[in-house]
Amino acid sequence: MAQLLSFIKKEFFHIFRDPRTMLILFGIPVAQLLIFGTVIKNEIKDVRIAIYDQSKDETTQQITNKLLSSGYFVLVDDLQNTSGIEETFRKGEVKEIIVFESNFGEKLIKEGTANVQLIADASDPNMARLAVSYTRGIINDYVQKMNPNQELPMQIQPEVRMYFNEEMKSAYMFVPGTMALILMLISAMMTSISITREKELGTMEILLVSPLKPAQIIIGKVLPYLLLSIVNAFVIVLIGLFVFGVPITGSFILLMLETILFILMALCLGILISTMAKSQMTAMFISMIVLMLPTILLSGFIFPIENMPEILQWLSHIMPARWFISIIRGIMLKGVGMAFIWKETLILIGMTLFFVAVSVRKFKIRLE
Amino acid sequence: MKEEIIRVKNLVKKFGSFTANDNLTFDVYKGEVFGFLGANGAGKTTAIRILSGLSSPTSGKLNVAGFDVYTETEKIKKNIGYMSQKFSLYEDLTVAENIRFYAGIYGISPKRRKEKMGELLKKLEMEKAKNKLIAGLPLGWKQKLAFSVAVFHEPKIVFLDEPTGGVDPVTRRKFWDMIYEAANDGITVFVTTHYMDEAEYCDRVSIMDAGKIEALDTPAKLKEKYNAKDMDEVFLRIARASPNPSEGGGQETITNE
Repeated sequence: MAQLLSFIKKEFFHIFRDPRTMLILFGIPVAQLLIFGTVIKNEIKDVRIAIYDQSKDETTQQITNKLLSSGYFVLVDDLQNTSGIEETFRKGEVKEIIVFESNFGEKLIKEGTANVQLIADASDPNMARLAVSYTRGIINDYVQKMNPNQELPMQIQPEVRMYFNEEMKSAYMFVPGTMALILMLISAMMTSISITREKELGTMEILLVSPLKPAQIIIGKVLPYLLLSIVNAFVIVLIGLFVFGVPITGSFILLMLETILFILMALCLGILISTMAKSQMTAMFISMIVLMLPTILLSGFIFPIENMPEILQWLSHIMPARWFISIIRGIMLKGVGMAFIWKETLILIGMTLFFVAVSVRKFKIRLE
Repeated sequence: MKEEIIRVKNLVKKFGSFTANDNLTFDVYKGEVFGFLGANGAGKTTAIRILSGLSSPTSGKLNVAGFDVYTETEKIKKNIGYMSQKFSLYEDLTVAENIRFYAGIYGISPKRRKEKMGELLKKLEMEKAKNKLIAGLPLGWKQKLAFSVAVFHEPKIVFLDEPTGGVDPVTRRKFWDMIYEAANDGITVFVTTHYMDEAEYCDRVSIMDAGKIEALDTPAKLKEKYNAKDMDEVFLRIARASPNPSEGGGQETITNE
């Protein structure tokens, strides 16, 4: 134990004395929060929707057909009452629900106006905004075609509701994403760099010759970063809460436990990288190319996964951050419990175990 | 009767088809300064890495400090010290922090550590540099400190892999004084070098060439046997007689893994 303590103490010295490490640990999180705070526009396709049609007349049927033939939407559920709406969103099965009022067609002809409600899952604000505006565009287009010369005062009033994020704050999108990115960066990149640094300097040999066991070396390396990453996660959640107003609807403890799981996964990945990389440069390069870019591009952080080409959607399944983002969006914004995120959690646990197994094997080979 | 502290019998180490150590057999006696000589690529580093537990042998019987290399690695580790040509200290830690760290991983109690550290810094005349970062120290100091740290836990054997690489002759001479001092304290010193003048300082030397031990004796006897005026000449005679002379350089990168 005392051995381990002195090892851990040494690690903290390394961290606090290297300006680069300190910058990555505490400078980058702030910078990224600011950079990714800007919203990125993009296209949608095959967004899963549900429809609750209370009138089931010719007009609503035509509008539905027009929506579904546009290529932007896929109908996955035909609701029969309003009670299932919230539950459907929580499960994350659909992104938008369209509710037609009763006697929709009749009202439109006789009174010149009819109401349709567009409800979107705004825990992914980018997606929600796009889905709603595409739907609105298609409905407007329908009205125009029905009434080309504007002879009749005809109007369909879409009433928009954003679930989980009424005000459509983009912070709701970038806080979970940035959290995943930062934790991945710090945990994986910093561990892999700090281990390869020891290899480069030759101090790794000294450690291997000493009575320290490989497990102690790994724990000694990983623990400081685990603690600092947890601190970082706290800071991000607090900045999200107090600066950007992102709520924590669900259990804070569950959120932290899931975060620790993700950090552990990333740390194991870092160890794995260090067993493959011979120099700090290589470790940094692998971390950047193999971890950072895919995490930004393929995790659903900025670009909705639903809109990606199929092969990229498939690739996104092996991005740990994808599952983590889905988990924290669920807990923070939708307030869901374990019942809704057990699948993602299991996947993260599986990935962690896989990385541990592979790196232990690799580490042994290095020791011979 | 001399007591053997390292016993090596038929050590073979292969990297793929390349044989780095070809059937080495030798003993090292307790308290002696044992020189392991050879050109770059002769297989010195490979052998020292195997003896210190950094690498495992392909075959052979090896016993270090009374323990078996295959099964009692942990016990060996507690009884040996190791210093490589890189003088492996943490540059971003101070002198005192480095000492504390190494004392820590060898499980030395804080009380004992304090005592020993005081003595050590006094001996090295580095009391004023105690709280200075290693990065700012001259090379000679780093070397002395690296050696002191390697023997801080009072091992039975200390392995030195080209400890004087890149250091000027005066500093090298001073470094050898430290080696003698350790040997006088009963620590067996196993040192590799490619400086032939250093071979004269050893109690016994083995000369390796192309993975094999070509000669093993005291410097005086070797000079007599090869009818040479110094060790340099001994080495040249052996290298020329070898059917498969190592070219020097090149191979060492492979044996370093």
